[in-house]
Amino acid sequence: MAAVIESPLIETKGLTLHFGGLRAVDGVDFSLRPGEIHALIGPNGAGKTTFVSLLSGRRLPQSGSIRLAGEDITRLPAHARVRKGIAYTFQITSIFPRLSVFDNVALAVQSRGARGVTVKTRAALARVGLEGLEGQEAQTLSYGHQRLLELAMGLALAPRLLILDEPTQGLAASEIEGFKALVRSLVPQTTVLLIEHNMDLVMDLATRITVLNFGRILATGSPAEIRADKAVQEAYLGA
Amino acid sequence: MTGGGARIWALHAAVLVVVFAAQYWLSPYHATNLARIMVLAVFAMGYNLAFGYTGLLSLGHALLLAAGMYAASIPAQLWGWTAGPALIAGIAAGGLMAGAVGLLALRTAGVSFMIVTLMFAQAGFLTILYFAPVTGGDDGFALPAASRTILGFSLATDTPRFLAAFGLFASGLLASLALVRSSFGRTMVAMRENEERSRMLGYNPFTVKLAALVISGLYAGGAGAAWALLFGYAGASFASIQYSILPMLYVLLGGAGTVLGPFLGAVLMFYLIEFASDLTSAYLFIVGLALVILVLFAPKGILGTIRERWARWLP
Repeated sequence: MAAVIESPLIETKGLTLHFGGLRAVDGVDFSLRPGEIHALIGPNGAGKTTFVSLLSGRRLPQSGSIRLAGEDITRLPAHARVRKGIAYTFQITSIFPRLSVFDNVALAVQSRGARGVTVKTRAALARVGLEGLEGQEAQTLSYGHQRLLELAMGLALAPRLLILDEPTQGLAASEIEGFKALVRSLVPQTTVLLIEHNMDLVMDLATRITVLNFGRILATGSPAEIRADKAVQEAYLGA
Repeated sequence: MTGGGARIWALHAAVLVVVFAAQYWLSPYHATNLARIMVLAVFAMGYNLAFGYTGLLSLGHALLLAAGMYAASIPAQLWGWTAGPALIAGIAAGGLMAGAVGLLALRTAGVSFMIVTLMFAQAGFLTILYFAPVTGGDDGFALPAASRTILGFSLATDTPRFLAAFGLFASGLLASLALVRSSFGRTMVAMRENEERSRMLGYNPFTVKLAALVISGLYAGGAGAAWALLFGYAGASFASIQYSILPMLYVLLGGAGTVLGPFLGAVLMFYLIEFASDLTSAYLFIVGLALVILVLFAPKGILGTIRERWARWLP
């Protein structure tokens, strides 16, 4: 079988960000294939959130490069990366608490153009199951619903790459099932990069997994490969 | 910000009708006061767009007011411009000055932004004093009567003056309402509420805030020009710190981030100052007391409180 080598959607080379003596991200070479669901796992403090902050532009690296579909975006500011199709949903829910649910999502929709804001906003809300709550002030939603609102804002950007930072934290088991189905429905149009601690979810959902430890990549592979990896077991899975 | 469109427009139209009709039942003295209040309210509406909606706490809006005032009154004085072109020059000068200040000051935020805008305004105030031969310095100068005409009507007479102030006020109010109900209005509020999230939705905070500041400057410039043209005087005192604080007081009293708040705040503060200065020469003491009470019991201002408790649809 001839392997089709697709050019990566995102590719980093030697990506590095140290905070004083702390090597949060330390020379990471990483690539994302278009249309995959890629999970980023690792112990607390392994550098996962810092790494995706570099991808989304919330932080700039000290050295190394980031390419999006071949284009160098290493120094591009965050808002310009969003317009190029990299959407980031926050680990700690970051919504507009005093605006309505509708306005929260409409802000994401209208950043891509002024046409059809109402229709597209309602569609994004329906996709995460928040239809009917659009008039409510966002801060009055339950925590789980705020997570879904955060997700709807990411979806409404219609991104090429959706970065989800611990999206299921605080969701009920029933909501997690819905979340899985939702993420599966996004690919292959959208590539998903997922930081997640829930291993059952990761093993079930991800097509590939990268393990970070002390700011470096410990292993990359399919869920089965990661489960069998000795180094990963020692560092993280605790088997 | 969505829905309730007809009710919202009807409310604002009703306010405009009442204000317009007030000239027929108010005494000439109070009608002239109302004309002054309307011009000050335009200034405050501009301040509200920057502060109330976008979250930009400027302490330098006197500079924008003065830019409009002098851009209108110096050409009127030197070259005999009439009110129409002078007003346009004033509006443009307010916007340009806001753009120039914003390009530098918006590199900062929060307290630093307050200090930088304050410094710019003080520099502007001193510049006006320095060029006293042209600006009149502290004494200012009276505008020539020939310049204070629009479409052949003299703005020194009561009815045309009231109508001109009303025209500016009504345009400012309706433009402000349309703006905050537009998608750009939603973006302005997003900056105020959560700038980092806005950035991660693809908005460049710098350009959004700069645009809001320039719009605010257009209002301030228009108000400065109108003050000079309607009341016949331009002077450095309008560039002093007092005129940076006043619009903030109006907005806080009426309700920051409400469309009608600046006007309501201007009316109440104008008459509070007048009432207090009848009682005592230390009238600022009474004004201060009123503000302390306001901050303690209604920190969102009058319309902000009404919106929170009874009328969530209020823009």
